[in-house]
Amino acid sequence: MKRKHRLMQGNEACVEGAIAAGMKFYAGYPITPSTEIAEISAEKLPLVGGKFIQMEDEIAGMAAIIGASLTGLKSMTATSGPGFSLKQENIGYAAIAEIPCVIVNVQRGGPSTGLPTSPAQGDVMQARWGTHGDHPIIALTPSSVRETFDLTVRAFNLTEKYRVPVILLMDEVIGHMREKVELPDPSELTIIDRKRPTCSSEDYLPFMPEADLVPPMADFCTGYRYHVTGLIHDETGFPSNSYQVADQLIRRLMDKIEMHKEDIITWEEENTEDAEILLLAYGCTARAAKAAVKALRSKGVKVGFFRPITIWPFPEERVRELAEKVKTIVVPEMNLGQLVLEVERLCNNVTKVERVNKINGEIIYPEEIIRKVEEVL
Amino acid sequence: MPSALVEKYFRADKLPQIWCPGCGHGIVTRAIAAAIEKAGLDKDKVCVVSGIGCSSRAPGYLDFNTLHTTHGRALAFATGVKLAHPELKVIVITGDGDCTAIGGNHFIHACRRNIGITTILYNNNIYGMTGGQYSPTTPKFEKGTTAPYGNIDKAFDVCNLASSAGATYVGRSTAYHAALLTSLVQNGLNNDGFSLIEAISGCPTYYGRKNKKGDAVNMMEWYKNHAVNIAAASKMTPEALEGKFLIGEFKNSPEPEYTSEYQKIIDRMKKER
Repeated sequence: MKRKHRLMQGNEACVEGAIAAGMKFYAGYPITPSTEIAEISAEKLPLVGGKFIQMEDEIAGMAAIIGASLTGLKSMTATSGPGFSLKQENIGYAAIAEIPCVIVNVQRGGPSTGLPTSPAQGDVMQARWGTHGDHPIIALTPSSVRETFDLTVRAFNLTEKYRVPVILLMDEVIGHMREKVELPDPSELTIIDRKRPTCSSEDYLPFMPEADLVPPMADFCTGYRYHVTGLIHDETGFPSNSYQVADQLIRRLMDKIEMHKEDIITWEEENTEDAEILLLAYGCTARAAKAAVKALRSKGVKVGFFRPITIWPFPEERVRELAEKVKTIVVPEMNLGQLVLEVERLCNNVTKVERVNKINGEIIYPEEIIRKVEEVL
Repeated sequence: MPSALVEKYFRADKLPQIWCPGCGHGIVTRAIAAAIEKAGLDKDKVCVVSGIGCSSRAPGYLDFNTLHTTHGRALAFATGVKLAHPELKVIVITGDGDCTAIGGNHFIHACRRNIGITTILYNNNIYGMTGGQYSPTTPKFEKGTTAPYGNIDKAFDVCNLASSAGATYVGRSTAYHAALLTSLVQNGLNNDGFSLIEAISGCPTYYGRKNKKGDAVNMMEWYKNHAVNIAAASKMTPEALEGKFLIGEFKNSPEPEYTSEYQKIIDRMKKER
């Protein structure tokens, strides 16, 4: 098969991935550095029979994709920090009502309007706990243009499979960087669609989970008339004030992800076999960390590399295993220490954890990581 | 014994509703069901969307595809449903706070797009669910728990607001004028574009009590005595109209609907390729 190479931006790869995964609906609001995702979706969706709408605000963009998804269309929105804050309300709705949807956040410097448009990784904890209440979430972090394509496909697959909002946590570098990529042929992709009910409409209980804890989802207006609410509800979908129902629902929503952690969590690691120092990084910072590993290895320093691709749920087990093997874990990130909190928790004061933080809108350079490693050697 | 209409369109097992005794919302909801019956809609192809508040509980009692969303956002969710599947009849049930305060932005933009959504705004002039705070439609100088000395905000005329923003069908009725309400909703359903029907609904528990409007019957009598149909109003003197308010069909001027305009783009691009 003849391969076609293309020079492409991360934001463009995101739309390519979304369309390859079957996206048929996009609703959003312009915000740098994610705007290209909206622009390219506006151009491409009508060509595949899909729909694009620029809504009046970020909140509405999130609401509209939930509405569209309920009718059976694979739906996505994209934003950056300030918009991500506004979307949180309805991300919570998607979590409790179990509506598949993909939310892309191309991170920029915050808080508030912050530092447009310089890169940052300050939304790691917001991706996990941005909306109120205990809720499940999946967040994926690409660190190249090609991976942005792959993870967008995966984001759609995971949201369809588990009926949970999936956040593609990009950063400005990955969104705007251009790389030569070779996209896979559509026939090479695995595309997952949500489970739909096989029972009659009379027997359908819209929130009755199957053994995988995921209830089959009927497309709205196809004969399965049911009720969807953001209130605590029982398996019929109607609100309930019962303590027992509330407890069961929230636990099931959380367990639904916990139960499938092995399927959801992915990471990349290199040179970990004999590593004494581990560099743990994600997104654009992982590229600098990888370069640092290479440079340090050439000097004979036993340093390894670990990159969580799924950051929520966090790859706890693997990080715990590695923590037992290495002396120090260095976590560079473009914030004042967010994902490092997970690492510190897992190391439990046994393995040393060192931070490299930067919040001035500049990327973290390999030299800065190397300097830290040489300090702790 | 529930009536045939209730039997057909309500989830009878979810009744009685949570609304207070004397609340007008039950009458308004029944009027909507009657309009759907008259319009002859297929239940499976009707999607009823609401936000948060007293009125927004209505879809739970209606046997359609029902979506109870977040506060103020019903029209934004409904826009997603309608654009995704334009063949569906999308109805939004909302309240004065839900639609014109927290959801005000979504409201004017849904009107502006002329998207095919029929919106019924249950206007009880107060935030009922939270216990009687003043809303954007609480008349000036009237009271709410957060306006103990009288509300100094000017109230919205939601019909004027919808008309100016671009809604192509606009009307107002009250819980007392249920037959008119049914026909306005039916006309709204027949309009391809965006329709707004304001249904004034008495809240004796909070708005009525705070403002000494009497009980539910007194409030109904007040609507009966103070509402003037726009058709009759044109023949009345300004003096005779003093202290009255208008009901009836205010605007019926169809224009191209949003999702069909979008479909034209899809079709055109298909041809050009």
